[in-house]
Amino acid sequence: MSETKDNLAGMAADVGPASARGRSRSAAAVSWLREAALLPVLAVLIVVGAILNPHFLTVPNMTGIGQEFSSLGVVVVGESLILLIGGMDLSLEATYGLAPMVAAWLIVPASAFGNGMMLNPYIGILIVLAVGAAVGLINGLLIVKGRLNGFIVTLGMTILLAGIQDGIVKGQAPYNLPNAFGYLGSANIGAIPVSLIVAAAIFVVVGLFLRYHRTGRAIYAIGGNRPAARAAGIKVNRVRMGVYVAGSMLAAVGGLMETGRVSEVAATQGYGEGLIFAVFAAAVIGGVSLQGGKGNMVGAASGVILLGLVQNLLDLENAPNYWIDAIDGTVILFALVLARLIGGEASAE
Amino acid sequence: MSQPDAPAALAATPAVSAAGIHKRFGSTRALHGVDLSLYPGRCLGLVGRNGAGKSTMVSILSGITAADEGEVLFDGQPAPSLGDIAAWRRRIATVFQHSMVVPGLTVAENVFLGRQPRRGPGVVDWRRMREQTRQVMTEWGFDVDADAPCASLTVEQRQVVEITRALAAGTRCLLLDEPTAALERGAVQRLFDRIRQLRAAGVAILYISHHLEEVFEICTEVAVLRDGELVLAAPLAEVTKDGMVAAMVGEVKKDHYPERPGAAPPPEVPAAPAGRRRTVPPDLVVSGVSLTSPGVSLYGVSMTVRGGERVGITGLRGSGATTLARVVAGAAVPSAGQVRLSYPGGSDRVLRPGDRAGALRAGIGYIPEDRQAEGFVPLLGAAENIAMTITARISRGGLISPRRREERAAPLARRLSLVATGLGQPVRELSGGNQQKVTVARALASDPALIVAITPTRGVDVASKELLLAELDRITRQTGASLLLASDELDDLTICDRVLVLVRGEIFTEFTEPPYDREALIAATEGLGAT
Repeated sequence: MSETKDNLAGMAADVGPASARGRSRSAAAVSWLREAALLPVLAVLIVVGAILNPHFLTVPNMTGIGQEFSSLGVVVVGESLILLIGGMDLSLEATYGLAPMVAAWLIVPASAFGNGMMLNPYIGILIVLAVGAAVGLINGLLIVKGRLNGFIVTLGMTILLAGIQDGIVKGQAPYNLPNAFGYLGSANIGAIPVSLIVAAAIFVVVGLFLRYHRTGRAIYAIGGNRPAARAAGIKVNRVRMGVYVAGSMLAAVGGLMETGRVSEVAATQGYGEGLIFAVFAAAVIGGVSLQGGKGNMVGAASGVILLGLVQNLLDLENAPNYWIDAIDGTVILFALVLARLIGGEASAE
Repeated sequence: MSQPDAPAALAATPAVSAAGIHKRFGSTRALHGVDLSLYPGRCLGLVGRNGAGKSTMVSILSGITAADEGEVLFDGQPAPSLGDIAAWRRRIATVFQHSMVVPGLTVAENVFLGRQPRRGPGVVDWRRMREQTRQVMTEWGFDVDADAPCASLTVEQRQVVEITRALAAGTRCLLLDEPTAALERGAVQRLFDRIRQLRAAGVAILYISHHLEEVFEICTEVAVLRDGELVLAAPLAEVTKDGMVAAMVGEVKKDHYPERPGAAPPPEVPAAPAGRRRTVPPDLVVSGVSLTSPGVSLYGVSMTVRGGERVGITGLRGSGATTLARVVAGAAVPSAGQVRLSYPGGSDRVLRPGDRAGALRAGIGYIPEDRQAEGFVPLLGAAENIAMTITARISRGGLISPRRREERAAPLARRLSLVATGLGQPVRELSGGNQQKVTVARALASDPALIVAITPTRGVDVASKELLLAELDRITRQTGASLLLASDELDDLTICDRVLVLVRGEIFTEFTEPPYDREALIAATEGLGAT
């Protein structure tokens, strides 16, 4: 009797493993379509660009965009992780400047605005990562353990870090960086910039991590409903701490790329250029929700590429210098509206 | 005294009269033809169990919701239109359970909130505001400093501010919604003194409470709601406690009491697939648990759930029953006391307070009270929500295959007859009953040795309710898991081997003979005689 009942229930529920798999596959297809919502926009942009300017759709130009925007992309990955878990970190832009600055300051000679210690460049790379980890740890402790508001903590942290960045070199820009230190941002493998390869790898690895790793899934659960995640036995605070640390380390790596690309660390790198606006714009255009628990790496990558293409087109077309910010802002607002229209909000991914 | 009064009062116009009030929410019938009259100088107790329609009545009488049918009259005049809040407030003022004072403003500012005396356009006359506040306070014998910031006031003082606000606006009709819920005993007595004084001055009071003994102490008449209908309205002198409880409970619907499943033929007990219970489950030992928080306190509660036993805990809101269950599940941190699991071999495991993840590892499954808040992640799929408690177990090298996840979730989903388009469907798209099934499945997925369930059938339809209870009953039998079930739904408690009743943070009495007497249980939750 209960056997029959179970069968009936199974039919009514229609959630047997086989049918569930079929359905979840079609559901996955739908969600992939939504993820790819920006692809048509990117395609249109490329066509328009190719018509407007013959140099636009060439290998050197495209790899150039790749190299220039890889660093932004890596920071966007970090910010997306923090947004997904329901947080927000304004200080990534300052970490992006400070981490390579501290390292460069310790490795270049005093004549190139170093402090004279002239450390080994490989140790310098470790220092970049360590500064990122330390900033993330402090942010995490204040926000997670200290229960302070993330917005205001990271705002304060931004200004503090940018001040240190300026202070240790008295506003100068250390240059003459050893090759090993600049390799990530400047070298090519064949025609393809190393930074582009690394950034793409980071997007893919983090994307898979979010989709298949239990900690990645915990990030969605925590961002989607923190008390529910806690009630389900997820170690909410530990995961949140980890994400703040990982996000800051990614920002530091992004900063290292940028430093390699321009072969110096400007005192304005990061905070001074207002990088965080582009970071948020790319993430949100890419469908990462500011409320947490929703978004993915395909979207975030599309957001970065969109910003990169638009920026490049404006450069190629010699957009009037004084107006470039206004055009940029218009494009970002336009892209946000567009993303909102296509995006919908049916599921977490 | 109320006897000679009655004819005169009846001749007078009621301060409030509601006639033929109907209200539906979707398919739920909240109120069905309710008539109420409230006279100046009287205090009418409005009682009923959860879901009887009290809250709906309150929000209709205070002009927050419109009735579908029927009309509300104040002093014989039709009620103001729904949007005209200020006009409603002059007619009737509601003191809600949760304080409605603005903590950052002073007492005087709160008393004159939104209608401050002015001098000149837009300029607040502070001096007059303070003076008038003091004047009203003195007139009614209240003693709260007009200049004190409300944040520094006690719950009792905030209530006084709210009452003063109503009186200063000229309102002579007060609606008190469970005013004693957050008060300690002394404050309750002072509140009653104030109510008597207000009544003597001709103020009409509607008093809503879960505590029957309070109604008997302070009210002059009583109205009982049950399932949206007015089942009793009478002067208090004509009502007995038993009669009131009987009116609240209604006749016992026999078919809602499934025969004790033990009596039914024991189905497929031994080698059931889900029930690979390794050893005898541990005893749960709770000793001296105390906790103080706004509205709920526990005072040194000790209890034991033996391995495999199913124990119910019940009580009114604020009695601490839910909180006690949360403490056991590691979802609330007690200020004192200990929760430990005592294994048959003699070894003990003390649970870290407030460590939900640790409790899960120790084998405690948890069905939280509020599914919206804690039960599921709305954007994630059903399978993922169900398997959330076992990610450690089903992952390989940290990686979880979605297929493996669905394989684990599917049997539970089928067992609970979950209705969804697929296990990947986001839980927020499911109906309330199916969301609750996901919440329950999530707790069961970890194959717990002890299930802590708080109101596991709240807000689900009758069919789902019976199914959930039957499954909880069946799973605890099959796997030998213990159950700690906190609920104010008496139907839930039928699956328990014994039931503890909490009153104001302490264990009041215990029922050990399973077919529990409904009326005796309700009387016990009210803190009335253990006989």
